[in-house]
Amino acid sequence: MILGSINPAVLLAALMVAATPILLAAIGELVVEKAGVLNLGVEGMMIMGACVGFIVAVNTGSPIIGFFGAALGGVALSLLFALLTQALMTNQVASGLALTLFGLGLTALLGQRYVGITPPRTPKLDLGPLSDIPFLGRALFTHDIVVYLTIALVGAVWWFLKYSRAGMILRAVGENHDAAHALGYHVKRVRVLAIMFGGACAGLGGAYLSLIRVPQWTEGMTVGAGWIALALVVFASWRPWRAMAGAYLFGGVVVLQLNLQAAGVRIPVEYLSMSPYLITILVLVIISSGKGRSLNAPGSLNKPFHASS
Amino acid sequence: MIRLEKRKEPSKFWRIANPFLAVALTMFAGGVMFAMLGKDPIVAIRLIFFDPIFSETFASYSRPQLLIKSAPLILIAVGLAIGFKANVWNIGAEGQYIIGALFGAGVALAFFPAPGWYVFPLMVLAGALGGFLWAMIPAILKTRFNTNEILVSLLLVYVAERILAAMALGLMRNPDQPGFPGSRDLRRYEAAHNAELIANTGMHWGVVAAIIAVIFAYVMMTRHMLGFHVQLAGQAPRAARFGGVAPARLVVVCLGIAGALAGLAGMFEVSGPGGQVRIEFASGYGFTAIIVAFLGRLNPLGIVLAGFLLGLTYIGGELGQMMLQLPGAAIQVFQGMLLFFLLALDFQTNYRIRLTQGMRA
Repeated sequence: MILGSINPAVLLAALMVAATPILLAAIGELVVEKAGVLNLGVEGMMIMGACVGFIVAVNTGSPIIGFFGAALGGVALSLLFALLTQALMTNQVASGLALTLFGLGLTALLGQRYVGITPPRTPKLDLGPLSDIPFLGRALFTHDIVVYLTIALVGAVWWFLKYSRAGMILRAVGENHDAAHALGYHVKRVRVLAIMFGGACAGLGGAYLSLIRVPQWTEGMTVGAGWIALALVVFASWRPWRAMAGAYLFGGVVVLQLNLQAAGVRIPVEYLSMSPYLITILVLVIISSGKGRSLNAPGSLNKPFHASS
Repeated sequence: MIRLEKRKEPSKFWRIANPFLAVALTMFAGGVMFAMLGKDPIVAIRLIFFDPIFSETFASYSRPQLLIKSAPLILIAVGLAIGFKANVWNIGAEGQYIIGALFGAGVALAFFPAPGWYVFPLMVLAGALGGFLWAMIPAILKTRFNTNEILVSLLLVYVAERILAAMALGLMRNPDQPGFPGSRDLRRYEAAHNAELIANTGMHWGVVAAIIAVIFAYVMMTRHMLGFHVQLAGQAPRAARFGGVAPARLVVVCLGIAGALAGLAGMFEVSGPGGQVRIEFASGYGFTAIIVAFLGRLNPLGIVLAGFLLGLTYIGGELGQMMLQLPGAAIQVFQGMLLFFLLALDFQTNYRIRLTQGMRA
C-alpha cells in the first residue's frame, strides 16, 4: 500500500518541525489575548520575521543572529499595532488587518532581492546517544535547537501565567481592565509589553519558516500560518499546553498531506493542500460549539481601555 | 501635559476630513519610501496618482482601466461595509470573489459554444450565487456553532485559491489547448463575454452592477428598516436585541449580501477583463476592498470615491513598474499605509486632545 511507504518515525520528526512555526506564533498571541488584546496582525508579523530573519541571516551568515533580527522585526511591527490600539484607541480588528496587509506588502518589497537564495544552514542539535535510540531517537532527538526552545517556551509561558505575580497581573488586566486599573496596575503598559512579546514570537515563527523549514524566501510564504495560529489560540481555550497539542495535531495533518502528495495518491495536489485549512475550520467549529459560552476567553478581550480620570 | 478626552459625539468634521488627510500623509510617507528605494519621489507620486488620468501618453490606456479596476473594488466594498457596520467581520471577500468567478465561468463553459441571450444573465445569477454560498459557510457556522467568522471567512480564502488552481488545471481547462493551464478565453465566446458597453471607456456590466449596488446600499442604509437594524446592532448590540433585532439573521444577511456582491465582482472580472479561469486570476481585490470600505467611511458614496482612489493606485502601480521599475509590492505597502494613517487619525474623531496646565494628570 502507499501508506506503508511512510516511515512513522520520520513522520513524527517532520510533524514537530511543521508545528514549530505555528506554535511559536500561537504562544505569543495567547499571551497577547490573555492581556485582553486581539491582534489579528499575526500573519503580518510572521511574514515580517520570515523576511527580516532571512535577510539578516544571509548577510551575517549566522542563523542565530537571523532569529534575533526576526524577533526585532516582529516587535517593530507589533509596536505599530500597540501605538494604534493602545495610544490612539483604534479598533483592534481593523488595526490587526492593516498590520497584515502592510506586513505582506513591506516584506515583498524588502525581500525582493533575496528570492532564490539559500540561507545559511541551521545545525541540528547534537544530542549524542539520545538520537541513537531506535524510533524515538529518530523522531524526537534529531532536531534543531529551536524546536526544543519552543517547547521550553510553552512551559515558561504556562508557568508565568499560572504562578508568577507578573502573570497574574497580566491575566487580571485581560479579564477585567477596569478592576485592574482600580487596583493600580498599569493596564496599557502591561498590554504594550504583551503585544511586543507576541510580535517577537510571531517573528521567530516566521523566521523558522524561512530559515529552517522551507528554507528560502518567497513573497507571501506564510500562506495563512498566522491565521492558523490565531485559530489555534481559540482551539486551545487560551491554555499553553493545549496550544502545543493543537499545533502538533495540525503539524500532523500538514505532514501527512505532504506525504500523501509525495506517495502519489490519486487526489489532485490542490485538494490535499487545502486540508490543513479545512481541518482548522472543523476544529474551530467543534471547539466553539461544544461548550457554549464557557470558552474561557479573557473577559476584556478586544475591548478598548481608556482611563476616564 | 497632554490628555485625551473622549468626545460625547464623534466629530463630524474629522470624520470627513481624515480620509483626505490620510491620503496626503500616505503620499508623503510613500514619497519617503520611494526616495529610499532610489527613485525620485515627486516623479513616482505623480506617476501613480496623476499620470493615469492626465498624462497624454498613458491616459488613452489607463482612463478606461480606472473603471475596470475600481468597479470590483466598489462592488465588494459596498457589501463589506454593511457587515462592518453591524460588527460582522467578513474578511474573506477574496474567496467569495474567486468562487463567484468559478460559478460564472462554469455556467459559460457548460453552455459553450451555444449562442443565446440567456447565457450571460445565467452567469450573473451563478456568480452571485457562488459568492453567496461561499459566504454562507462562515455565516452558518457563526449562527449555528458560534464559530468566529473572521477566522473562518479568511481561512476559506486559501481553500478557494486551491479550488481555483484545481479548476484551472483540471475540470475547467481548455480542452482545445491541453498543454496550457487555464480555461477557454470567455472573451472569445460572444454569448458569455462581458464586453465594453461603450468603446474605450472601460464601462462594462460590472460597472453597471456597482452603480446599482451603491444606490441600493444607500437606500437600504438610510431608508430601510434593515439598514436601521444594521446600524443599531453595530452601535448598541444590547439595545438591538431588546428592540427585536435577531442577531443570527443579521449575520446571515450581512455575509450573504457581501458574498453575493463579491461573487458578482468575480464573475464580471472573469468574463471580461480577466478573460479566463487561471491560477493567477485572483489579484487581491477582496483585501483591497477592506481598505476601500474603511476609507469610504462605510458609506456607499464615500466608497465610490475611495474605490476610484485605490483603483488609481492599481494602475499607477502598473505604470510605476513599467516606467520606474518600481517593485509591484510597493503599491501594497502604499495601501497598507493608507489604512494605518486613517485609523491613526481617527482618534481625533472620537477623542479631543487637551493640553492641561501643571501636574494634574
